[in-house]
Amino acid sequence: MLKKFYSLIESVGNFAVKRVESAGRLGFFLSQIIARLWMFRFPLNETIKQIHFIGARTLPLILLSGLFTGMVVALQFYDTLVRFGSVELLGAAVAMSLIRELGPVMAALMVIARVGSATCAEIGIMRNEQQFDALDCMAIDSYHYIMLPRLVAALISVPLLTALFDVFGIGGGYIVGVLSQGISDGAYLTGMSDAIVWHDVFMGLVKSLAFGGVIIWISMAKGFYLHIEQKQVGAEGVSQATTQAVVLSAILMLFVDYFVSSIML
Amino acid sequence: MTVASSIIEVNNLVSHYGDRQILKNVDFSVEQGEIRVIMGGSGSGKSTLLNHLLALLSPTSGTINVDNIDITSANRKTLTALRQKMGVAFQGGALFSSMTVGENIKLPLKHHTKLDDNTIDIMARLKLELMNLSGFEDLMPSELSGGMLKRAGLARAVIMDPKILFFDEPSAGLDPVTSVELDELILKLRDAMNMTIVVVTHELESAFKIADKITVLFDGEVAITGTVDEIKNSTDVRIQNLINRRPREENVDAEKYMQRLTTGRN
Repeated sequence: MLKKFYSLIESVGNFAVKRVESAGRLGFFLSQIIARLWMFRFPLNETIKQIHFIGARTLPLILLSGLFTGMVVALQFYDTLVRFGSVELLGAAVAMSLIRELGPVMAALMVIARVGSATCAEIGIMRNEQQFDALDCMAIDSYHYIMLPRLVAALISVPLLTALFDVFGIGGGYIVGVLSQGISDGAYLTGMSDAIVWHDVFMGLVKSLAFGGVIIWISMAKGFYLHIEQKQVGAEGVSQATTQAVVLSAILMLFVDYFVSSIML
Repeated sequence: MTVASSIIEVNNLVSHYGDRQILKNVDFSVEQGEIRVIMGGSGSGKSTLLNHLLALLSPTSGTINVDNIDITSANRKTLTALRQKMGVAFQGGALFSSMTVGENIKLPLKHHTKLDDNTIDIMARLKLELMNLSGFEDLMPSELSGGMLKRAGLARAVIMDPKILFFDEPSAGLDPVTSVELDELILKLRDAMNMTIVVVTHELESAFKIADKITVLFDGEVAITGTVDEIKNSTDVRIQNLINRRPREENVDAEKYMQRLTTGRN
């Protein structure tokens, strides 16, 4: 009985130590990338390539999901507002919920699904195939050459993607509210421009910046430390690391969402 | 009398993975312009030794001097400068899958030199020509065969004309003809560029063909270092077993064997 109890304590202790080690690694990883901003010449070409991958190639997904999100939100709000005879507030409700909350969160979830998973898998495979060893042996700094461009590209791309998500969401709301349900376009647009202030836009921007950073940070780190954190290093290890990256970045993103909202509201 | 100058010196190298000791007081030195083959069976510690020689791992104790720099204690700047004089060809090529073969080969030059693009292109084509890969520079690594990947990896490793070249398992997974071609290439590189070449392999035929000297590892220890003839004439049973491909003899304790079978524990 006592032996089982000790074994349980040991398991809990091991679990805690592993989590603390992992958190330490993540922190160290981020600090190493940030330090490269000052240590070397900025890798502009690689950053442009990554902006193309993270930003341009995610655009169709963002526009489509933004449009449908806006349409669903407008439909739900219309159904509620019509009961109180306040349908003229539809534009304001759709725009505010998209700009302050739904836009950054939904766009970030799309980025996690497309970019986060792909980045983690790519970096994990690079680890498996000794490509980081090759970079070390060529005296090319991995943090500078591989990680920094991706971080900067995400910080630039995710806010832009979020802005486009918001625009297409508002467009989706217009389709449902004005074209389908027959609200006047003046009421939809004026209500929106009256209700939205710069602070709302700023909050959305801060959130999307933070989300972009968190997603790419976690995704890169989980792939980079594959050989340390995963039990297997082959295809199974990449699969596990990718799952962990997606789950952890989504949870951390929602935590950051609450944190930023609580400060800025 | 001239004294041969050692370009690599390994002294009392001890290495662990966790609690498990991998290398036990490994000592050897490699002379300038020599082809040294590090041989041994699976699990003998040769890959770990190579990772130490490349400063990818930190040893538990001991020193490794490469070109008069102790890489076990060198700082990042010194190591960066040293690594520009070293080339490494990895077992699977370790080419970047998002870049073409040409871009992979040009990468070190683009990072460490201020040469213009035309000169870099010409240098890359020269190396590709040397490796019989001319015309393949626009292909992606996924479009190459195993042997071509190794040769492309070798082209990248020698693009900076390194003083020392490390080659991990050149023959592994290749057909005999491609394997012989790579051996010829290694000899050509040494003769043309006077490189010191360290090859890690378990292929006997290849080792005997290219080596000036062979270091044989057994269970993390250096069993013997010598010329091809010295290795072939060694009286050490383990060396003869390796050369003649004889399986290791194990004394099985019947009682322990039964215990393993019945309980699954040692």
